[in-house]
Amino acid sequence: MVSIQNLHKKFGKNIVLSGVNLDIKEGGIFAVLGPNGSGKTTMIKSILGMVIPNQGTITVLGKNIKKSCNYRNQIDYLPQIANFPSNLKVNELITMIKDLRGKSTNEESLIKMFKLEPFLDKKLGNLSGGTKQKVNIVLAFMFDCPLIILDEPTSGLDPIALIRLKDLIQAEKVKGKTILITSHIMSFVEEISDEIVFLLEGEIYFKGTINELKTKTNQPDFERAIASILTENHA
Amino acid sequence: MLKILKYSFFDLIRSRWSYIYFAFYLTLGVVLLFLNNDLSKAVITLMNVIIVLVPLIGTIFGVMYYYNSKEFTELLLAQPLKRTTIFLGQYLGVAISLSMSLVLGLGIPFIFYGLFKSNAIWDFSLLLITGVFLTFIFSALAFNMALSNENKIKGFGYSILVWLFLAIIYDGIFLMSLILFEDYPLDKLSLIGTMLNPIDLSRTLILLKLDISALLGYTGAVFKQFFGTHFGLIVSITMLTIWVILPVFRIIYKSAKKDF
Repeated sequence: MVSIQNLHKKFGKNIVLSGVNLDIKEGGIFAVLGPNGSGKTTMIKSILGMVIPNQGTITVLGKNIKKSCNYRNQIDYLPQIANFPSNLKVNELITMIKDLRGKSTNEESLIKMFKLEPFLDKKLGNLSGGTKQKVNIVLAFMFDCPLIILDEPTSGLDPIALIRLKDLIQAEKVKGKTILITSHIMSFVEEISDEIVFLLEGEIYFKGTINELKTKTNQPDFERAIASILTENHA
Repeated sequence: MLKILKYSFFDLIRSRWSYIYFAFYLTLGVVLLFLNNDLSKAVITLMNVIIVLVPLIGTIFGVMYYYNSKEFTELLLAQPLKRTTIFLGQYLGVAISLSMSLVLGLGIPFIFYGLFKSNAIWDFSLLLITGVFLTFIFSALAFNMALSNENKIKGFGYSILVWLFLAIIYDGIFLMSLILFEDYPLDKLSLIGTMLNPIDLSRTLILLKLDISALLGYTGAVFKQFFGTHFGLIVSITMLTIWVILPVFRIIYKSAKKDF
């Protein structure tokens, strides 16, 4: 599905990714974890072509993404910070994105699911953080794409919306889609992910299931396992 | 690209600033016509305003729009769209909506005044054409500066500096060099010097069209010989077009390499 070979990226003198190799198979939920500044978002943005790597190749669905843009038709993306043009209304934004991608969508059921009907005529600049994130989710799940990338999908969501989001992710997984998630909420990751990828200082430190991580670190629960990796490496 | 252009254009058309800009030109046109009662004098006054103000507004709007639509740009970057499409679409959106404010704002009062019956129509059209060129040139320069600087203040500063250089400092240096080398024949040099700066070029083009080149003395005669002909006009328009194309190419080049 997605394959990354020897990915390097630095911003000025700051080396963010130094030789990431990663293969993501089709189907399932993959969580990308790592401390702040470990390069999670940079890696995801490289897959999307928003960040241009210094070195390395990325293939999505068997095609090299360099200088190509049509592969993004196969990706749904939820950005980390829900920044939208503030003078657009919610339904105008939805119509615009639909117009740009030119595909049929299921936004109505999503709007109903997240109870966004009262906000459709409001400007995006006047919405609260959580509501913006819900709009963000609607935009990301609106299209039926085989690859879904979610960067911190839980930020700002209330408990009900969080449950709905989990259901939504599981439903997409059942359809056989590949879902890539970054999150700092360990319980969320533990609950939904099939496999985790742990990034540390620009490299992949661990890739495998949560149980494998627990045995590797000799810790009874997931949160402690992650903590032990971090303390070992920063001590 | 047309879709992005459409959204950027409508976004700008709805913004308060386009109306203020439009209203400003409308008032300027009306006031000049009522105070002057002479169409070609109004055109000269307008020229003096347009030559300085249009580049400034183009610069400020270009930079502001780029930084303000950062979120919109990031949203678009994750869609299956080429970067060239996104940035050229936005640039054209800004340039076209500004040009529209200019052309409509000045055109409406002049049409009511009876422009079509007057023989100042060609001077006036040339004024509008150079105004549109200057808008395209300076908003492209502003986009360049904004693309190269993440920091808003720096981007803004550099863009204003570019405007200041081309509108004022360049003239100063040019004049100084003319005084310094006054013992040499300077008509070729001053001709080239004028061609290299879009603001000077526009000003000369309009002045010579207005038949007041006698005021410019001997150099004026040389200029008239050059710019007054069809050849001169074609070269000038080509020069202005190059001034649009070069920054636009840099927008394409820079945007392809940028990280978001």
